[in-house]
Amino acid sequence: MAELFFHPGLVLVLGALLLPFLKGNARNAAILGVPLLALFCLWRLPEGTLWSAQWLDYELAPLAVDKLSRLFATIFLLMALGGGLFALGQKSRLEIPAAFVYAGSAVGVTLAGDLVTVFVCWELMAVGSTLVLWAGGNAGAFAASRRYVAIHLLGGVILFAGVAGHLLDTGDAAFTRMAPDSVAHWLILIGFLINAGAPPLSAWLPDAYPEASWSGSVFLSAFTTKTAVYVLLRGFPGTEFLIWIGIFMIFYGIVYALLENDMRRILAYSIVNQVGFMIAGIGIGTEMALNGAAAHAFAHIVYKALLLMSAGAVLAATGRRKCSELGGLFHSMPITTICGTIGALAISSFPFTSGFISKSMVTQAAIDGHLLWVWLALAAASAGVFLHAGIKFPWFVFFQKDSGLRPADPPASMRWAMIAFSFICIALGVWPEPLYALLPYRVDYVPYTGAHVLTQLQLLLFSGLAFFVMLPWLKRTLTITLDVDWVYRVALTGLCRAVGRLLRGLAAGIDGALREVGGALDADLERARQPGGLLLRNWPTGSMALWTLVMLLAYLLFYYLH
Amino acid sequence: MADKHWLDHPANVKKLWRGFLAVLALTVIAEPLVHLHPHFEVEALFGFHAWYGFAACAAMIVGAKALGLLLKRPDTYYGKGCEEGDRHG
Repeated sequence: MAELFFHPGLVLVLGALLLPFLKGNARNAAILGVPLLALFCLWRLPEGTLWSAQWLDYELAPLAVDKLSRLFATIFLLMALGGGLFALGQKSRLEIPAAFVYAGSAVGVTLAGDLVTVFVCWELMAVGSTLVLWAGGNAGAFAASRRYVAIHLLGGVILFAGVAGHLLDTGDAAFTRMAPDSVAHWLILIGFLINAGAPPLSAWLPDAYPEASWSGSVFLSAFTTKTAVYVLLRGFPGTEFLIWIGIFMIFYGIVYALLENDMRRILAYSIVNQVGFMIAGIGIGTEMALNGAAAHAFAHIVYKALLLMSAGAVLAATGRRKCSELGGLFHSMPITTICGTIGALAISSFPFTSGFISKSMVTQAAIDGHLLWVWLALAAASAGVFLHAGIKFPWFVFFQKDSGLRPADPPASMRWAMIAFSFICIALGVWPEPLYALLPYRVDYVPYTGAHVLTQLQLLLFSGLAFFVMLPWLKRTLTITLDVDWVYRVALTGLCRAVGRLLRGLAAGIDGALREVGGALDADLERARQPGGLLLRNWPTGSMALWTLVMLLAYLLFYYLH
Repeated sequence: MADKHWLDHPANVKKLWRGFLAVLALTVIAEPLVHLHPHFEVEALFGFHAWYGFAACAAMIVGAKALGLLLKRPDTYYGKGCEEGDRHG
């Protein structure tokens, strides 16, 4: 009876194709109704492989459900719903359909039981997300989308090579646990890590996401990196070097966010930072750590979307994005301020917010594994998150020195999206059991102990003190910080120009030389054909006989030597 | 605008600061009252999370500043297109 199951991702993609034909209230109803319908379809699916197909010699499973895939598909669909509500007033007619294709293909990855389907959905995600960027509609967004798609197509090619190699090696397309033990699996792992924003190519994320429209970056923040977290959770749990990749991402995110002036780029760097916690959890690989990574992905999507919604509301109202031009907005945007602050507290894992009950599972896994250095790094990083996202973002945008701007809170659709997501952030923190019940493994963890709450408060409040004590060091300047994208934006383009100049110079030189040689040859031929020249001269018969004799002697000599 | 929010008064900000410092002190003083179960030796040091959090943040700010000396550029570095092009309101 497999035909009776609707694929939730497909529902979203088909809904996206329907949207251009609708207008007004019908369109608004569809934007909210399609993700709800997809959620309904998802929760009707039983566990197991529901669709199977034969392709060449391989058994494909385009629709397969287990607890992990249901968890990620659920949060992706909730995100499509919340993002759609927030973006209802978006003037671009392209953005929401593109975002739904993007979200639908992300759901497709989570519900794929085989690597071929994963790859197809992976590429469709790249298309959808690039279109969301395009919908930003300005030159900066277009230029950023070209760099973005180049990196993702590169990642796609690497992933495809890996999948093809895996099919050749094993003859089995099923997406199961792998280990980096062959070239093919390394390529798959690299393909996954590129989308996760892992080094060395992490710069694609803070380069592209802040260039989208005020609502576009809300969608972009959710799907690509968290789909990568999902496939790493399923494909490479317990791969130890992922711990160090994760820790690098955590500190990279903090340091770059501390230096940044663009409010949405601060949040983009903090995506890399938060995904770092998840990747580190996947690297630790115990049930506690994997549960923690999955729960943190769920919580992260909500509070990061909330933070970007509050930033989007500020951008839409003021047209400004630099911290140095903002400040004092709490006067006239109280709802945005409160919602943004709740998101900031949740990302910092304050008690009674969603981050507290999810991130601490990863830390607990490091403790259980007696990984002292990993634990110290994670604790320092938790303090750093409060520093760069928890205080810095709301402080410079909503408080600090008054910029004199008095924009009003955004329209109702945006307000309600922010309020709903704020509610989820707090609800998950106060009542974590429903989320724990969705996690892939049984949860044996109590987040609220006196010791945990107290130590976490110490850690966070004293990093807050560090922020205010060292505020002069954090003064905003009109600067950006060079990242790896400098290599392909400046160094490689410079190299290409230099090589081009060199080749053009070389070509001109060769051309000149050829002309000279040709001219000389011409003149020689000309001379040879004149009366008395080489070709028109009379030759004595004797000289011909002499040369024949020389030839015959040479022949004799070679014959003898041979 | 003439409306003065209560946060705009320096006296109130001062009160907030005092409250914040009091809470900070409380979190450290409360330590003996809560049954802590340190997992690592270093964690058993008094007020570990407080001074570690502060020191880690100070180190990160200094580290970021140092990196900034090397890698900071004016925000028009990549051309004006990406900075000025998106003033849609």
